[in-house]
Amino acid sequence: MIDVHHITKRYAQHTAIDRVTFSVAKGEVLAFLGPNGAGKTTTMRILTCFMPATEGTAMVAGFDCADQPLEVKRRIGYLPETPPVYQELTVDEYLRFVGRLRGLSGAILTGAMAREVERLGLSAVQHRLIGNLSRGYRQRVGLAQALLHDPPVLILDEPTVGLDPKQIIEIRELIKSLAGSHSVILSTHILPEATAVCQRVVIINGGRIVAEDTPDRLSARLRHSEKIALTLSRAPGEVEARLRQVTGVQHVHANGPPGHFLLESELGHDIREDVARLAVTNNWGLLELKSISMTLEDVFLKLTRHEEGVAQPAAGVADRVVVTEDKTESPS
Amino acid sequence: MTPVNTILLKELRSHFVSPVVYVVGAVFLLIVGLLAYLYIVFTGAQAIQLMQVQGQAQINLNDLVFRNLFSSIRFVLLIILPILTMRLFAEEKKLRTFELLMTSPIGLNEIVAGKFMSVFLLFMGLLGLTGLIPLTLSLFSDFDWYPVLTGYLGLALLGALFLSVGVLASALTENQVVAAFVSFGLLLLLWLLAGLGSLLGDSTIGQVVSYLSFMEHYDHLVRGLIDTQDLVYFATALILMLFLTHRVIDSTRWK
Repeated sequence: MIDVHHITKRYAQHTAIDRVTFSVAKGEVLAFLGPNGAGKTTTMRILTCFMPATEGTAMVAGFDCADQPLEVKRRIGYLPETPPVYQELTVDEYLRFVGRLRGLSGAILTGAMAREVERLGLSAVQHRLIGNLSRGYRQRVGLAQALLHDPPVLILDEPTVGLDPKQIIEIRELIKSLAGSHSVILSTHILPEATAVCQRVVIINGGRIVAEDTPDRLSARLRHSEKIALTLSRAPGEVEARLRQVTGVQHVHANGPPGHFLLESELGHDIREDVARLAVTNNWGLLELKSISMTLEDVFLKLTRHEEGVAQPAAGVADRVVVTEDKTESPS
Repeated sequence: MTPVNTILLKELRSHFVSPVVYVVGAVFLLIVGLLAYLYIVFTGAQAIQLMQVQGQAQINLNDLVFRNLFSSIRFVLLIILPILTMRLFAEEKKLRTFELLMTSPIGLNEIVAGKFMSVFLLFMGLLGLTGLIPLTLSLFSDFDWYPVLTGYLGLALLGALFLSVGVLASALTENQVVAAFVSFGLLLLLWLLAGLGSLLGDSTIGQVVSYLSFMEHYDHLVRGLIDTQDLVYFATALILMLFLTHRVIDSTRWK
């Protein structure tokens, strides 16, 4: 549905995005993850034909953004960073205006408006001026605008900014329900959001794609040791030394309050059974034993931290990340 | 509904909820009305003087009221029309609604045309209201309607030109005050070209410079002369300004 090939956007002084390549299949939800200023918005603006790329091609639904912008625009629903609402119009007037811009009219337009008002919970504010609405409502009006003409491709720039937690969950559910029938790209710098709604994550930093995979596989790829959290109610001084003797255990750290330990072991070597037996036979009072997988948040921080000041192209990302992890993570 | 109409209706709606339009309209009508009143009273005083000296008076209202009025309205338009046009693009850029327009499946031509037409219609409405002045005057006196009508044609064309310059200025910036001042400056420049032209005299360059200013073209119409050359001037200037607007907006995308 979306095919982006080697797009580069250069401003007078700096390069906003550099040879970005990715694609989105029909019905897929892709998250664009990156810190502020990473190039997320620039990429989205190129895809929506708001601005052209300096180099490279971007295809949406089979049309080239540079050659057939009108065809692309017809098939895209776009929610920019700031919801593009006119303060002097009511919600109804605004949606009618946007619908007409997209070529809807008559009963189809009325139907589409009713559907979006219902779907985004706007019926209470339908006849109020947008200028008098709260940030959350404006954001929802912005979303309604993007969905109004039921486009096959949705591009949402930080769709949950400014919403309260309940609304965030509702919007995420909405985006999930769009998967399958719509291709969605959403940008975010909130990591749980990417894990919650997306099948695939593209991590972008400094204008380059630094990683691209499913949320699960990204964490797996970056984990270089198994980590286990252990909590004991009675922990005599010898515990650390005894734990180190268990086969496979590489490091033992006292972790926070007394009785809490963090154990690292070789990848693929499950030490939980041995550790449990040891704790029980010594009567240490085993309270908790759980394996810790790396959250996407850790992945994100690692990838983006690593990229700072590195002038190499993004090839072979996973390998290099593991190398740095050695440097930063292993204190011994 | 065509895209141009969609933009046009939305703009009209935005104009009418904005206090700017009411203030601008009120000031315009007040000043024009006041000017007309002053010229009429002044003409009346002259008529009385003539009566006393000669015993009879032939007063030409066309010369004494309308020509004066039409040349004064130019100043009012110069100051007031940039205020009407300043928000057209500048506000959209500032409030980021511009992204909505630019990512909607409509052409830039249609956006520019719709926005221009919205201010032009507004201006025509205001101009229509000033029509009360000749109408009331015609109840109490005789004058030649023909130069009054060509004068109104001149005003409409002059207003269209001023508005198109304002639309261009608004496309150049996202600051409304800057937009108003840029169009004000550009219009003054066009105005002063006439002075420069007459300074340069009857040489070719002098004639070219005078031709570039709207002054002589507008004067012809106020005097009741409809010359194709003047109509062509206004049409070309208008199209050029709107074309430049189109180019300016298109080029900002590439920056």
